[in-house]
Amino acid sequence: MSVNCDITFTLNGVARRLSVPLEMSTLELLRDQLGLTGTKYGCGEGECGACTVLVDGVSVNSCLMFAVDCDGRELVTVEGVIAGATGQRLRDSFVEKGAVQCGFCTPGLMVQATHLLARDPAPDEETIRRGIEGNLCRCTGYRKIIDAIATVAQGEHHG
Amino acid sequence: MAATVHGVQSYVAPRSLDEALAVLAGGGVSVLAGGTDLMPQARAGRRPLEPVLMNIRRVAGLGGVDLAGGSIRIGALVTVTELRDSALVRERLPPLWQACDQFASDQIRNVATVGGNLCNASPAGDTLVPLLALDASAVLAAGSGDARRTRRVPLAQFFTGPGRSCRQPDELLVAVEVPEPPAGSVGAFHKHGTRPALDISTISLAVAARRDGAVLRDVRIACGAVAPTPIRAPRAEAALEGRSPDAATIEAAAQAALQDVHPISDLRASDWYRRELVHNLLQRVLSHVSQL
Repeated sequence: MSVNCDITFTLNGVARRLSVPLEMSTLELLRDQLGLTGTKYGCGEGECGACTVLVDGVSVNSCLMFAVDCDGRELVTVEGVIAGATGQRLRDSFVEKGAVQCGFCTPGLMVQATHLLARDPAPDEETIRRGIEGNLCRCTGYRKIIDAIATVAQGEHHG
Repeated sequence: MAATVHGVQSYVAPRSLDEALAVLAGGGVSVLAGGTDLMPQARAGRRPLEPVLMNIRRVAGLGGVDLAGGSIRIGALVTVTELRDSALVRERLPPLWQACDQFASDQIRNVATVGGNLCNASPAGDTLVPLLALDASAVLAAGSGDARRTRRVPLAQFFTGPGRSCRQPDELLVAVEVPEPPAGSVGAFHKHGTRPALDISTISLAVAARRDGAVLRDVRIACGAVAPTPIRAPRAEAALEGRSPDAATIEAAAQAALQDVHPISDLRASDWYRRELVHNLLQRVLSHVSQL
């Protein structure tokens, strides 16, 4: 038997009020209760970054966050990221550079890259590599992902 | 994604320390700060959740990194990212800054707190080793209102075993206090793992000392993942104390450290390999520190 708790938070710009089980993770809340399946369940223990979301503007592993802890906070998932200008540029750049193969890590990387660019609009390659060290990709070997993020960074820097 | 956590009956998110300590006094409480250890440990059944889940993230007064009265106070809720972004930490506490820079991943650094890292008490905990070398103390509070009591426990006495500390169930770790390093302080942290990110240390080392002319004084060496708790290495410290860190002295200290550590063999390394790492990496870190 699980006990629930009422929470109020903002999800992709929309105010939400929900009742969530106390043991539920934010990842389960997003995928199972709200149907936002862009956020992926990879390892479930903070090792892979596939479940990365923005909470109050910083990137977190949603699998490690209790859903009750969303109360009073502002969440942005990949569905929200893609609606923004940086998200759209990242999506186009990932496609253009071939930074997507199986695609499972892509949403987490898009969210993490958005956070990285918000903190540092003109990161060098080392900063990009360090920035995505919490996101595993088993297909690409990262080169194309780094290129895709660097392309957006350069565009934003000059534009 | 089956939820394997059972038994949480209520959730509280107090806004004041008094409220939080009153909840703790009632017993049966799991304290939630960042949650990056609590969630996976609860899910894996290693540390089942108590009936009351108390989120302390909204408790006022548990943040901030401040220098006052000869001591750098780090609030329990300060995240690893905040430590890494702190000019005070970077300039005055380099071993701690270096540990924060190598801590897990950006996503975890953004959430994990120094208080959580200490209370989780992993023998390999990344911030524990530099804080031990920097002679830090844990500030523990219990009781509400007029009955409030606070005690300071040097980290050398804080850890009592893997995952265990001397924090009592009614106590909350509210801050870490680090004595302000005097002029001429030098130090460094080194973590060994198979990859830089998201790796639990095979071993880790931190050195802090004060340069006095050609010699080192107040030498403190701490090691992680070589004993049931993070430990100081008193024999290695004695080998360096008051001496010039030349090659022969550094080798003597690295040899002495082998008497200080008691590593186990586990999936990350054998005890033999950990000893080799302690010797060779301490030599490397001390050579680096001697040139600072």
